[in-house]
Amino acid sequence: MAEKVLMKGNEAIAEAAIAAGCRHYFGYPITPQTEIAAYMAKRMPKIGGVFLQAESEVSAVNMVIGAASAGVRVMTSSSSPGISLKSEGLSYMAGCDLPALIVNVQRGGPGLGGIQPSQSDYFQATRGGGHGDYHMLVLAPNSVQEMAQLTIQGFALAEKYRMPCMLLADGTMGQMMEPVELPDSAPEMAEKPWALTGTGLSRKHNIINSLSLTPDELERWNIDRYARYAKVEADEVMYEEYLTEDADVCVVGYGIAARVARNAVNAARAKGIKAGMFRPITLWPFPKAALNKLATTCRAFISVELSMGQLIEDVELAIRCSRPVTLCNRTGGMIPSPEQVLASIEEAAAKLN
Amino acid sequence: MTKNILIAGFGGQGVLFTGKFIAYGALIEGKELSWLPSYGPEMRGGTCNCSVIVSDEPVGSPIVNEPDVLIAMNRPSLDKFEDAVVPGGDIYIDSSLVDREVRRTDVNVHYIPATRLSTERGFDGIANMILLGSVIKGSGVIKEETIPAAMSKVVSAKRQNLFDFNIRALALGAEVLE
Repeated sequence: MAEKVLMKGNEAIAEAAIAAGCRHYFGYPITPQTEIAAYMAKRMPKIGGVFLQAESEVSAVNMVIGAASAGVRVMTSSSSPGISLKSEGLSYMAGCDLPALIVNVQRGGPGLGGIQPSQSDYFQATRGGGHGDYHMLVLAPNSVQEMAQLTIQGFALAEKYRMPCMLLADGTMGQMMEPVELPDSAPEMAEKPWALTGTGLSRKHNIINSLSLTPDELERWNIDRYARYAKVEADEVMYEEYLTEDADVCVVGYGIAARVARNAVNAARAKGIKAGMFRPITLWPFPKAALNKLATTCRAFISVELSMGQLIEDVELAIRCSRPVTLCNRTGGMIPSPEQVLASIEEAAAKLN
Repeated sequence: MTKNILIAGFGGQGVLFTGKFIAYGALIEGKELSWLPSYGPEMRGGTCNCSVIVSDEPVGSPIVNEPDVLIAMNRPSLDKFEDAVVPGGDIYIDSSLVDREVRRTDVNVHYIPATRLSTERGFDGIANMILLGSVIKGSGVIKEETIPAAMSKVVSAKRQNLFDFNIRALALGAEVLE
């Protein structure tokens, strides 16, 4: 690891992608993630990489499909409305079993929405976004350091499982600066015998395709893909627990919401309330087993989110509704304050007595 | 110890740069820190603010709702954030641009005529650095000896004249703080 530098979250993603060996970026500008594209535009030509601003999001995502098919490490980035436009491509990528990193620095929605931070694309990200039976890996950083780390891990996981990986951040995470240590080595590239690299007439040509007009074949593809997803769910779950060991009330949140929740948990502890925090880092696969285990000791849960109640559904599913789960949220570009979260913790704790 | 700092003013006054200087100072001193700008359809002349947190502990929420230190570079910023400052906190004001006094009596107020000093003493365009000099001296958020290293992070070594120019503005700010 090198010396700590100060960077915006968006810049850290771009620099980490380059450190990870990504040399192909295709995108289209949109607030609040444009720094990623700007950074790539400056750096890629100097290191022999490709930066290409496409004429639209749809075009950019199809360029990603092309590059991923050729076996290179490739990424795109956008914010909520732009991700909706790219969702067709995400479904095709999943259907073709192609690895790529897709960054979503979320802003308020629906529609054109606003440009302030939001987490309202949770359902879209964790349920796939596009059509068909599929999942993406979804990673949720809560610091600039994690923006960098998870970018690098995202490429590696995408290649290991041949599936698209989404880094799900928000406007605050993208715009804030924190100290970050960038790694000095790239993860090893997975073997890609399936890639369209030219046969040199030495082997049978590869085909990358998501179309099958034979139902039993298409069903088999889906079943095979879900067998791979089961392996991801078994092996790749990531989460963080904070003061949960003796907690009566557990706040669940990811990204910026977890940062706010951490302050509230500290404030609650100072008041003598046994509060803790559970932070999913992988939103898909969701850390179901760990959260369900926590529900054996913790008696109430609070979902803190910048959306109208999306994460809360996964919390309820994970703990099989065995404990009360309440919602503490803001939306439209607003962020809950630590005081608001503390009030929710106090309310939940009061009901336990 | 944690210091929550809110810097507010018009776009173009150096609000984000001022925050960045403090952030680099904290980085050099090995502290935990966060720097978060307001972003949006802001433009030169519009309002702009920046949250900076410097701490010995990992920083939780990067949003400063209740500042220990408010740096108000214009009247709308003082109007908007005066009530948010924690009791016993500090308000540093560019008194050349703010035509009223602070109403609260439970905070420490420092009136620095930064913009007037910047024109009188040959520091055109960097009134923010004069104000920052007062803040560093008064709050101790970063150490005085960290200033040159922090400056070298924000001003390129190739522009030595700007380096000295900014250092002298900071010194003037420290000097005028009562």
